[in-house]
This record gives sequence, C-alpha cells and structure tokens, in this order.
Amino acid sequence: MNKPIGYVLCALALGGIVGGCGKPPPPPETTEAAPAATAPVAVAVDPARFTPPAESEIPKNEFGEAVLLGKNIFVNTQQYAKGFVGNGMNCANCHLDNGRKADSAPLWAAYVLYPAYRQKTGQIDTIQSRIQGCFLYSMNGKPPALDSKEMTALVTYHYWLAKGAPTGVKLPGQGYLKVPKPAQKPEIARGRNVYENNCAICHGANGEGIKARGEYAFPPLWGKDSFNWGAGMHRVDTAAGFIQANMPYGLGGTLSDQEAWDVALFMNSHERPQDPRFSGSVAQTRDKHHDENCLYGRTPEELAASLEKQAEAGTAAEKTKPAPEQLEGYSPAISH
Amino acid sequence: MRSATRLIFMGTMVMAASTAAAAPPSIITQGKGAAIACASCHGVDGAGNAQAGFPVLAQLPPAHFAKQIADFKAGTRTHPIMTPIAMAMSAEDIESSARHYASQARPKSEATTVDPAVIARGKNLAINGAWDRHVPPCFKCHAVDGLGVAPAFPPIAGQHAAYTVSQLQAWKTGARTNDPQKLMKTVAENLTDDDIHSVAGYLATLGTREKGNE
Repeated sequence: MNKPIGYVLCALALGGIVGGCGKPPPPPETTEAAPAATAPVAVAVDPARFTPPAESEIPKNEFGEAVLLGKNIFVNTQQYAKGFVGNGMNCANCHLDNGRKADSAPLWAAYVLYPAYRQKTGQIDTIQSRIQGCFLYSMNGKPPALDSKEMTALVTYHYWLAKGAPTGVKLPGQGYLKVPKPAQKPEIARGRNVYENNCAICHGANGEGIKARGEYAFPPLWGKDSFNWGAGMHRVDTAAGFIQANMPYGLGGTLSDQEAWDVALFMNSHERPQDPRFSGSVAQTRDKHHDENCLYGRTPEELAASLEKQAEAGTAAEKTKPAPEQLEGYSPAISH
Repeated sequence: MRSATRLIFMGTMVMAASTAAAAPPSIITQGKGAAIACASCHGVDGAGNAQAGFPVLAQLPPAHFAKQIADFKAGTRTHPIMTPIAMAMSAEDIESSARHYASQARPKSEATTVDPAVIARGKNLAINGAWDRHVPPCFKCHAVDGLGVAPAFPPIAGQHAAYTVSQLQAWKTGARTNDPQKLMKTVAENLTDDDIHSVAGYLATLGTREKGNE
C-alpha cells in the first residue's frame, strides 16, 4: 500500500535534472574545496568525551546476562529480536560501535536524557517508549512491549553503557553531528555522484545493500528492507550528520559539508516503506507529521526553498549558537 | 565397429564430465610461458602456503581475483614474482583460474603457537575495532564471519598470518595502493605493528566454509 511517495519524488527530481526544466546551473563561486581534492583527515576527538565501560567489564551475574542479551539484540537485531523487525536493519547500523560511538547517536548519551518531552510523539517519552519508536520507524517493525524480555535487555544495555554519566545533561557526542548548511543548495545530481564514488561499493548501485550468505553485510539505504518514512534518518539534515561523521567506515570526516548534504538528499529521495502514521493522503500525512527537513511529499525544489528560508534566518550564527533544545526536559532531537 | 564408436563416445563423455566437474585449468597446473603454474605456490586447491606467506586464494570472489591480476598487469600492484606471471596471463587464463579458485573450499584452520593473549587482542580488533583510533572492525566490511562480501571485499578468515601482515604493512607504508577508495590504506595507517600481528594471528585461526562462492 501507499507505494508511490519516493518514486514520485524521484521522477520529479529526474525531471528537474534530465529534462532541464529551466533550473539555472549552480553559481560558479563556492567556498568549498573541490570534492575530489578531499584527503582522509582524522576527526579530532574531544578528550573530555564520556567513555562508556569496556565490554570486558560486564559483570558475570544475572545483570551482566541482561546487558549481554541487550547487546546481542542491539548488534544482531535480525536474529535476537526477529519478531519485532520488519526490514533488513540492525540497531547497530546507525548506532556504530555497538551504540558506543560519539556522533553516532550513542546509547550512553540517549539514556541520560529520558524521560523527556518529544515533539514527535507529543508526550513525555521514557527511554522504553523512545526505543519503541526505533522499532516502529527505523526497524519498520512492531515495537516490543514495555515489559518484554527484549525491552528489558535493551534498557539494561543502555543503562550499563551510561555508567557514571550525569543524568539530564546533553553530553558531547550525543545524537548526530549538525552539519552547517552548505554553500550551494543540496542537489540530487551531485549527491548521486558522491554516492557512486563513496557509498555504492558497500550499499550497492541501487541502495539495496549487499548480502553475504543470506544476511545483509551492508544495510539497504532505501527500498522495502530499509528504514521507513517515519525514521529520523529520512530527514536530510540528520542523514547528512550521520554520513559526514561516520561514512565510509574508517573515513569519517572526509566528506565536505556540501557532499554530505548532497548525498543525504540523494539517499532520501528514494522509495522506502510508508510512514506508519500515514492517514488519508501523503499531503495530509506530510502536513501533520513532516514539518521538517525531509522529502516526504515534497519535491527537492520545495525542500530547497524552505532550506533557503531557514538559512536567511541566520547562516553565520548557525554553527556556534547554543542549541535551543537544551531546554530542560526537552529531547535534543526535537522531531527525530 | 558399433561397439568401438560407442566406446569412443563414452570416453569423450567421461572426459567432458571430468573437465566440467573438477579438472583445473592448465594455467593452474602447467603454467604458460613466463607464468609458472599457479599451483606451484597457491596449490591446486588454493590453500597457499603458511610458512612462505603465499596467500589462500580459495573462494576469492572472481571479480576481486581478476582485479588483482589486472592491477599486477597495470603496475598498480607490484610483486617480483606475481607481476611477470600476471603479464603472461590471457583473459581466458584469468577467467578460468578465478572461477576455479572461487569454487575451492577454504583450508582448515591452522593450529597456532601464538600467545592466546595476542589472539584475544586480535579477535577484539576484528570484531569490535578501535573506533577511537578510527579503526572499524575487520568484520564490518569483510562480513561477520570474515569470509568476505563479494565482489569487493575478499575473505580474510583463514588467511595465512604472514600474508595478512605483509599486506597490512604494505598498505601502511604505501607500497600497496590498489584498494578501492583507500579503504584499506586508511585502516592500515591507523594500526600499530602490534595490532597487525594480533589481528593477522587471529584471522589465521579461523575455520572453514564448504565449497562454493555464492
């Protein structure tokens, strides 16, 4: 049901590029270095960052068993929480290093921010109901019950990773990087080029992922086995942040702001499973749930126009201004 | 007359059947011109040689195999023995040897004399990596079982330690540069010599997989 969202977007996008619908070429002057010249540069690690306990410190008792089960569910969700997953993803696909890595939505930083009010749900979410959201959207599945064995194990794993972290504090490395708005409007055609040169080797020519011996070795980025239109990663800004900090493996920090935005736009211009909140029509669902940086029911041109509007509001201050979401009791990821 | 024809016919059938089933191409068993037989170093079964550091070729994805030979030909990968061999290989030789080795079972895991603490360190790197040093786990790209993700990521489980060490060092020093997108070079540059020996030691202990590269 409700298939055509992405295809429609794709067709529109291709129409814009191939058909040449009068869109002017990008301005010649850019502040970005030429993408081809980017050499691998290590991302600086802030020594003040919180460090979760080492895996070898998991206690050898009943508590430790729950931590380990939680870790197993997190890393191999396909096997350990099969009944709750509706696509080809594992939690650890987007939360790298088994949920430990800073700037990859680490669990230790998430755990200490809940309970929190979230715009997305319009309620106070606990860490449990937050995790249910991951299953509903990112895993395109059926959330485990709040008191299920799986949920208990996952929360135990979160709790253990956050050992020693202060509660109610947004720790450095929380969530995903915020990538400054690029010099040029994000563009699908450039994004496709970035994708082919950097991403296709692992995620396949058509974003379908690559399987080895029947299991996804690299996750699908769009299509029926990927995250759905309600997942945080369908937002272009969120995806740009994840990609720039973490992709490709070992080469995090090497894509320019422009490349990260372009390739995030390209990725999220494709078909993926419907938003489970769909009701009435795409337009109605968009108006109700997608007042955000995404291509749900929008053309890339419409998205670009809204981005431009945001940029006018304050480009220079964007990178340094204190995050408004630091309000107490508010989830920093407002609509993720 | 009739029985003689029948005999020849049957003989031809047997030969055809054995060729299709198992007979390795002559480039592997006989070599050709400057190309000494592949089997003389890598074995007919592609098991290589642990002591000499000749790599396991069994179950290399054919596309990966062919790319390596093409890179030796082009000079983008160099080796004093392999370069002249690759130069003498025809397209058919490459195709047939790639197909043959892809169909061979990975060798049995080796008994190791390496310190168990070193193996444990290597295992941790292979499975968990060291993200704080920008080292992703080996198994993120080479699959959870280390047996590779065709076409670009070759199997590394069961590879001889001496070979794994030599290649990681080659990427690290810049002597080998034919990896796609500098993916291996970047990882190798962030590995210490200890890391390299530990991880190579661990990978060599890993088990086997039945015949046939999917």
